[in-house]
Amino acid sequence: MRTLPPAFHDWFASRGWSPHPHQQEMLERADAPSLLLIAPTGGGKTLAGFLPTLAELADGRHRGLHTLYVSPLKALAADIGRNLRAPVAEMDLPIRIEDRTGDTSYTQRQRQRGDPPHILLTTPESLALLTSYEDAPRIFAGLSRVIADEIHALAESKRGDQLMLALARLQTLRPNLRRVGLSATVEDPAAIASFLARHPDPCPILYADPGPDPDIAMLTTDAAPPWSGGGAAYAIQAVLEQVRRHRTTLIFHNTRAQAEIFFHNLWLANDEGLPIGIHHGSLAREQRLKVEAAMVAGELRAIVATGSLDLGIDWGDVDLVIQVGAPKNVKRLVQRIGRANHRYNAPSKALLVPANRFEVVECVAALEAVRARDLDGEPRGRGPRDVLCQHILITACAGPFDAGDLYREVTSAGAYATLTQAEFDACLDFVATGGYALRAYDRWQRLKRRADGLWQLRDPRAARDIRMNLGTIMDTDLVKVRLRGRGGGTPLGEIEEGFAATLTPGETFLIGGQIVRYEGLREMIVEVTRRADREPRIAAFMGTKFATSTQLSHRILRMFEQQAWPELPRHTAEWLALQRRVSHLPQADRILVESFPWEGREHTCIYGFAGRNAMQTLGLLTTQRMDAAGLDPLGFVANDYAVLIWGLGRLEDPTPLFEGEGLREAFETWLAGNAVMKRTFKSVATIAGLIPRNNAQGQRRKARQTSFSSDILYDTLRRYDPGHLLLEVTREEALRGLVDFGRIEEMLARTAGRIDHVSLDRVTPLAAPLFLEPSRVPVEGRGTERLLEEEAARLMAEAGLEAGGPLVRQR
Amino acid sequence: MNHHAFTLGGAALAALPSGALWWPEVDLLAVSDLHLAKSERVARRSGAMLPPYDSRATLARLRAEVSRLAPRTVICLGDSFDDLAAAGSLRPDERTDLAALQEGRDWVWIEGNHDPGASSHGGRHLRELRVGPLVFRHIAEDGAAGEVSGHYHPKARLALRGRAINRPCFLYDAARVVLPAYGTYTGGLDWCAPPLRRLFPGAACAVLTGTHARAVPVPAGERAASR
Repeated sequence: MRTLPPAFHDWFASRGWSPHPHQQEMLERADAPSLLLIAPTGGGKTLAGFLPTLAELADGRHRGLHTLYVSPLKALAADIGRNLRAPVAEMDLPIRIEDRTGDTSYTQRQRQRGDPPHILLTTPESLALLTSYEDAPRIFAGLSRVIADEIHALAESKRGDQLMLALARLQTLRPNLRRVGLSATVEDPAAIASFLARHPDPCPILYADPGPDPDIAMLTTDAAPPWSGGGAAYAIQAVLEQVRRHRTTLIFHNTRAQAEIFFHNLWLANDEGLPIGIHHGSLAREQRLKVEAAMVAGELRAIVATGSLDLGIDWGDVDLVIQVGAPKNVKRLVQRIGRANHRYNAPSKALLVPANRFEVVECVAALEAVRARDLDGEPRGRGPRDVLCQHILITACAGPFDAGDLYREVTSAGAYATLTQAEFDACLDFVATGGYALRAYDRWQRLKRRADGLWQLRDPRAARDIRMNLGTIMDTDLVKVRLRGRGGGTPLGEIEEGFAATLTPGETFLIGGQIVRYEGLREMIVEVTRRADREPRIAAFMGTKFATSTQLSHRILRMFEQQAWPELPRHTAEWLALQRRVSHLPQADRILVESFPWEGREHTCIYGFAGRNAMQTLGLLTTQRMDAAGLDPLGFVANDYAVLIWGLGRLEDPTPLFEGEGLREAFETWLAGNAVMKRTFKSVATIAGLIPRNNAQGQRRKARQTSFSSDILYDTLRRYDPGHLLLEVTREEALRGLVDFGRIEEMLARTAGRIDHVSLDRVTPLAAPLFLEPSRVPVEGRGTERLLEEEAARLMAEAGLEAGGPLVRQR
Repeated sequence: MNHHAFTLGGAALAALPSGALWWPEVDLLAVSDLHLAKSERVARRSGAMLPPYDSRATLARLRAEVSRLAPRTVICLGDSFDDLAAAGSLRPDERTDLAALQEGRDWVWIEGNHDPGASSHGGRHLRELRVGPLVFRHIAEDGAAGEVSGHYHPKARLALRGRAINRPCFLYDAARVVLPAYGTYTGGLDWCAPPLRRLFPGAACAVLTGTHARAVPVPAGERAASR
């Protein structure tokens, strides 16, 4: 059994601590080639990961880099650095610890390459960059351990795939490299283990004591939640009361826009002036750092946040977590709850605040799932090939390579273990020549095969561009927002370019909890002032809209089978009972379709419980079919459980709408021309290295005339090269993500053509909230043209212009 | 025919939804900024290998227009090739396509800043061309009248009840018209950008391209103030 050096024992003893059992076990199994630790938040996970490193470095004999620590957040790397340096200093250990992220200075980074520290704390992107240097073998010469922190979060995105490809590279350089993964509680630990380990190595999993069950409940308020919406304004007073009663409260929201509105309302009601901050990914870095510092200093009583606080930065004294809005996903809820009470073996305390009536049902279902420890999750797909293309480019930057060796190395990453030789070859061909059916770039290809069979960059100067475009995070078209003022003004954050385009001077919007007034656009920066004289529009943030998970949807459908609902508040139970009386409650094995007139339009409501993205897709598909059937649909709106369609004709028979074969076919046609596909293509093409990233450095758009939209590339490829690799990758990705056709197929499978069609003369209770949902979608095509025609006519008339007449110059 | 009719210097013109300009009286078709073989130039200069189908896509659209209208004269208003080396890089089938288009009509290449001097492709090469009351050149000139030009790739931006529309457009007033870029791989310059403001200081009209040619007045004042 491996034991700690004496200095460690003294240090633990001086604090009255002793190592947790899982920390001891990590030490004992330090020689395992890979090891996964699953521990709840606050379980001393990080120290468990580092103890073997500290023990191995304690004698001061190791030269060069020993341990690489990779985390998904720059802030986390910095935070861990602080936490680690304290014991190292107190035990007087001869260990140098440094971090290296996008924020590290150029001189510091250069120095680190020449003289690496013992422990380097970094992010997947910075690590990928390190592996792209020609001197990578020297930088990593002493490397012995890699710790991948928050690996459950990394595994959910392409950043994790990039990290695992980089580890495959490192493993070639250092065959005895040991891998350690640190993960929060997940539904499928084995999947994370095989993601982490070198394929097909085994990866033992250690479980820390999960601790006591959380103390979790739904917040009860005097006022009933509204029928619709996500603001939860009704609960402001009750939430403030909770903030008063606790030391520090984290208030989580599902989207940035909701966080902004809630924070705004909280301030309006905050008569005592309790110190409350806001934190989300669209705020300027300066603003975020300020909030983080205040939080660490214990100056804040509450912080309104989104997923940007999901990961394990230690915020100290949080004693309550409030989740506003339905949690959508039980696993994330559990991880969020863990943010409260960062002390081991003390129950975390959390409250759920449903934002509307339907979310009451979802919250109750989620509470039951948490108590049953029934976590959800979609299985992870295969490693995406756009990331592989980038990895090939990174490899080429580091020097000439052998394609066979690279294929073997890549398939040692779990996510790429099933990658075929042909698939790999197609990626290599794309990187080298563009991979087009028309062989056009013989002279200008990116990679060349040398006489000795190795591949290398045709032009070594290309390495610089490749490094600049490295990474898999997409900041899709954001523009910066600044307060107008001297010296450029204070940065406030970022909004979507599309939203900025719809602003007119004088309009107001919310950002960072302030109402600001749009003044103008200067050099792609939105300039605003603090003159808030109008109701704000809400800034449109790119933040992911999570769909309610399959498991949670099924739980809700099971609740609907009950005869009565004693676990629900009365207002909600009565609402469901009324729905059952006038129509049906949706059932898991049937599709419920309701048709009714409202305000002179025919309405159709389809309950599919397939999650927001899939219901949105179903809306697009069914309106297309209704259009073909002459029912003249005009628009639709979707939420997590239903889609509501309005139009001129009344639906008599819904059966043809759901015939699987035709639906798939319609889907294929629709999918190809869809905006979601174009957005996905842009990200895929950027990651794969076809188009340069929109760099925030202000150099983008310098010459607008020469830059053109990636949509054009998408349309061109679709027309002239429909089998191209990037189209294939795009399709694969859209199917999984925003389009979510998989869940429509799941819905079709479980209902198997059993459709209940109810015709009524009025709106049903369950459909009513959909009338209040925002983000209504007009039926595309003729609709847009008609809008444009009307607007053009209006503008021409207003300007006193006559279409076709000569213009009289006004001077 | 779906188009927007207007007059310039007494000539009755039609702005077509494709971005081409049609002068029926003299059977003249004008297009601007084809940027043929742009993908080749991008690959040569930056190493990025864009889908190499832009030239055939541009030529296919032009062919559809030419076979429908059967113009006696076609004027390409400059930047027809992304550069002179690109002009030499058209593939054999693309050359054949181009030659077929030129067959039996007066074909005029106006010089642009990307393609000064003559290329090896048929047709006349001119710096500018006068036809009746109109003058055709690549870049608009101060004080011109009856001028048809390209170069700027104007693009209109409209907010329609909360959704933004962004489309290449014609811009015209009593003195001139600036054509949108016709080439497949072309971007655009905002219709309110300073250079276009200077060309159109007073009331101007934009014609949006797309499925229909739609006329819209160019917004005056405020946006220009935010320069």
